[in-house]
Amino acid sequence: MDIRVRNIVKDYGRTAALEGVSLDIASGELIALLGPSGSGKTTLLRVIAGLEIPNSGQVFFGDEDASFTPVQHRKVGFVFQHYALFRHMTVLDNIGFGLSVRDSARRPPAGEIRRRCLELLDLVQLSGLEDRYPAQLSGGQRQRVALARALAVEPRVLLLDEPFGALDAKVRKDLRRWLREIHDRTGHTTVFVTHDQDEALELADRVAVLNKGRIEQVGTPDEVYDRPGTPFVFRFIGESHALAVKVAGGKVWLAGRPILLSPEDMGEGPAQLHLRPQDVEFAAYAPDALPARIISVRRSGPTRRAEIRLSDEQDAVFEIDAPAALSVRPGEERPVRILRGRVFSGD
Amino acid sequence: MPDSMPAALLPPSATKPAAAPDIRARKRLRAPTEDPPLFRAAAIALAVFFLALFLVLPLAVVFIEAFGKGAAAFLEALREEDARAAVRLTLTVAAIAVPVNVVFGIAAAWCIAKFEFPGKSLLVSLIDLPFSVSPVVAGLVYVLLFGAQGLLGPTLQAYGIEVIFAVPGIVLATIFVTLPFIARELIPLMEDQGTTDEEAALSLGAGGFRTFLRITLPNIRWGLLYGVLLCNARAMGEFGAVSVVSGHIRGLTNTMPLQVEVLYNEYNATAAFAVASLLAGLALVTLALKSLLEWRYADEIAGTHRR
Amino acid sequence: MRIRSVIPGFVPAAGITLLLLGLLVLLPLAALVLRAASLGWSGVWDLVTEPRVLAALRTSFGLSLAAAAVNAVFGTLTAWVLVRYEFPGRRLLDAAVDLPFALPTAVAGIALAALYAPNGWIGALAAPFEVRIAFTPVGIFIALVFVGLPFVVRTVQPVLAEAQQDVEEAAATLGAGRIRTILRVVLPALVPAVIAGSAMAFARGVGEYGSVIFIAGNIPFVSEIAPLLIVVKLEEYDFEGATAIALAMLTVSFVILLGLNALGSWSRRRFGHAR
Repeated sequence: MDIRVRNIVKDYGRTAALEGVSLDIASGELIALLGPSGSGKTTLLRVIAGLEIPNSGQVFFGDEDASFTPVQHRKVGFVFQHYALFRHMTVLDNIGFGLSVRDSARRPPAGEIRRRCLELLDLVQLSGLEDRYPAQLSGGQRQRVALARALAVEPRVLLLDEPFGALDAKVRKDLRRWLREIHDRTGHTTVFVTHDQDEALELADRVAVLNKGRIEQVGTPDEVYDRPGTPFVFRFIGESHALAVKVAGGKVWLAGRPILLSPEDMGEGPAQLHLRPQDVEFAAYAPDALPARIISVRRSGPTRRAEIRLSDEQDAVFEIDAPAALSVRPGEERPVRILRGRVFSGD
Repeated sequence: MPDSMPAALLPPSATKPAAAPDIRARKRLRAPTEDPPLFRAAAIALAVFFLALFLVLPLAVVFIEAFGKGAAAFLEALREEDARAAVRLTLTVAAIAVPVNVVFGIAAAWCIAKFEFPGKSLLVSLIDLPFSVSPVVAGLVYVLLFGAQGLLGPTLQAYGIEVIFAVPGIVLATIFVTLPFIARELIPLMEDQGTTDEEAALSLGAGGFRTFLRITLPNIRWGLLYGVLLCNARAMGEFGAVSVVSGHIRGLTNTMPLQVEVLYNEYNATAAFAVASLLAGLALVTLALKSLLEWRYADEIAGTHRR
Repeated sequence: MRIRSVIPGFVPAAGITLLLLGLLVLLPLAALVLRAASLGWSGVWDLVTEPRVLAALRTSFGLSLAAAAVNAVFGTLTAWVLVRYEFPGRRLLDAAVDLPFALPTAVAGIALAALYAPNGWIGALAAPFEVRIAFTPVGIFIALVFVGLPFVVRTVQPVLAEAQQDVEEAAATLGAGRIRTILRVVLPALVPAVIAGSAMAFARGVGEYGSVIFIAGNIPFVSEIAPLLIVVKLEEYDFEGATAIALAMLTVSFVILLGLNALGSWSRRRFGHAR
């Protein structure tokens, strides 16, 4: 089932949570809503579910306008950040709850409910735990029960709020892979909220990056990482540094020299150059090299990072990857060359 | 929005005007944790009615009956010698019982909250014991101990010490029923606070007693005050236990609650309610101060463990 | 006993605690047990099964149970309203719930008697229908509802306040309507607290004296409560009878206390503290 979100505006009193958000989610897609806290990602998920009523805007499930459908009738599977399991019910009763509260015409007989719940329990690899209570399960197991419970109502879409947020790092990684498998097996349109970019990039087909109640960019993990559409996305995903540059005469100027990047169709005036550590290299005698001095060197995983300062622009301090073969020492003068990068106009 | 945001990032249909939203339909939607308005109104009405009937009305009756025959009759009843003796006795009893409770409460909380020792949970249960004993039984056990036919009564009488039907018995019975109050407030509070503050003070060279006065006592002062408040209200208002040991000797062993009973049984309703209104006023002041403490110093009185 | 700790003062603190507890609480209670022991099992049994004593115990326990049941319902409702709804006067109402704790029982007793007597505000409303409230078991029941009211409210309130609303949202996403969510998800989670609060109200009701005797009428076999019968026996210098009744009441109190502790640890084990 595809989901279309149109111009959703939502405010809590004076603070705006969503400022006109639109998003198309294809059927069967696994999409991540990624953003810092307060960006509106959870609010958007809750609006889709019907847990939050927007001030204006519409939500379509397929061709059906679900904007005024109460949450009970939206047929969504929602997995809560802290699982929200019913503590006084067994695992089996938790999973069967959605079926058991249907009106008598649509409610399957008790035996059928039980059979389906056991099937789901098998799907989430928890067979044998049906008579446990939530308090007797580990965090990861609770998360699986919560997912099975959401799947039991045969939802049109699956919505997960920070599904791995409350788990420790190891369990997180396992569950991530496992969620992907479940998604591929069941084919549900799935939306999940996360503030963890690794999680979003690894798991999702597409990522919607939110900031301050707006969607900054929607794209595949490669697109948002390699071609960030806005300064925010550049800053938020991966490592980056911003340097003040000037656009004049069809060229981008850094520290008084033109660099090789084209300003595209940007207007004249001050601009920001965004760089990742891989976008700059040490280059001894290239004509477009900029004189720079190494401030410090540190180890970062498999590579070494050098913090450098441009000699002609004392404010321009950034980090670049130093190849293993190259000897770099703090205090050395080493020209650098900018290979890639992205220029955004404005200060 | 930044200039460089490519228009293609926005879904094409987003620029189309949305269908006019149905305002009324949206208004009918409720957040899923919000109750139906009718349900909500009925629940509030029922709860308010229940509390008004069982709490507000009895309280109102006390004051209305007390002033029913005018302020003069009210004052007259309070000026009466027996009534004044009852007030004096009640204040005396509270003045003894509350400090004993403070000492007991602090000592009990100190050893339970700051130390680990075998039998600790048994001690906690024993401290709670007076709460599960009927006040009448509390009075009875003192009669069995100190009464004329009691275990120790005759011995004490030989030395001229009267406990039962005298002030000492009233004080003892009052302490019995109020004993858990302050300890129960302080134990969870001091457990929460742990021992690090005291350890820091000791490591800085402060002596044990000074550490208690300068570190522990300021940390627990609001909780202590809270306990004193509740303890005092019960000490001044205790009826059942005191009634059994007092002997109802007017002007001598009648506390205010007992005086209320005596006057009421003599069909002197105005006087009974006049004395009762003083006690009701005490209850109201206690409630007001208690609410103030809960509201102002919620974290410092460990409100969650309250009963 | 040696306690290893850098914190000083264990010996004096424990000494004061045990001394006061021993002298003021345990010694007097021991006097009761000693007195009962001198009667022997059969002696106590005979005294407790005396018809008038049995009637009084039945009155105390039966009416306390009924009052606890009413408080379970209305106390839960009150806690719900105080925690979940915002309305003018809510804080005042919240503070008022503790009134039965703060108001001396004798004052509550004469106030209730005045209200429900045939010429009282409420008694007069019932009088035309030939219904008498004061000086009957109904009056006792009303007094016991009054004294037990705060227990359920104050036990359920914190549980409700800490309950996460996400379980209610979860029920909604699974298709449950609001009323069904309350009945199947919210209320069952409160059951341990409601039982605990009602049991405390019940225990308090059984021992209650001051607020009951004025409204009860104190007619033997009809509206005479067990604590009053202890007082009556004492006035007749029947210490044995008083002791036997007290022992019966204490025993029941302890059983309730044990049951409460068992309930607490059972519900902690099964439902856990955290979500």
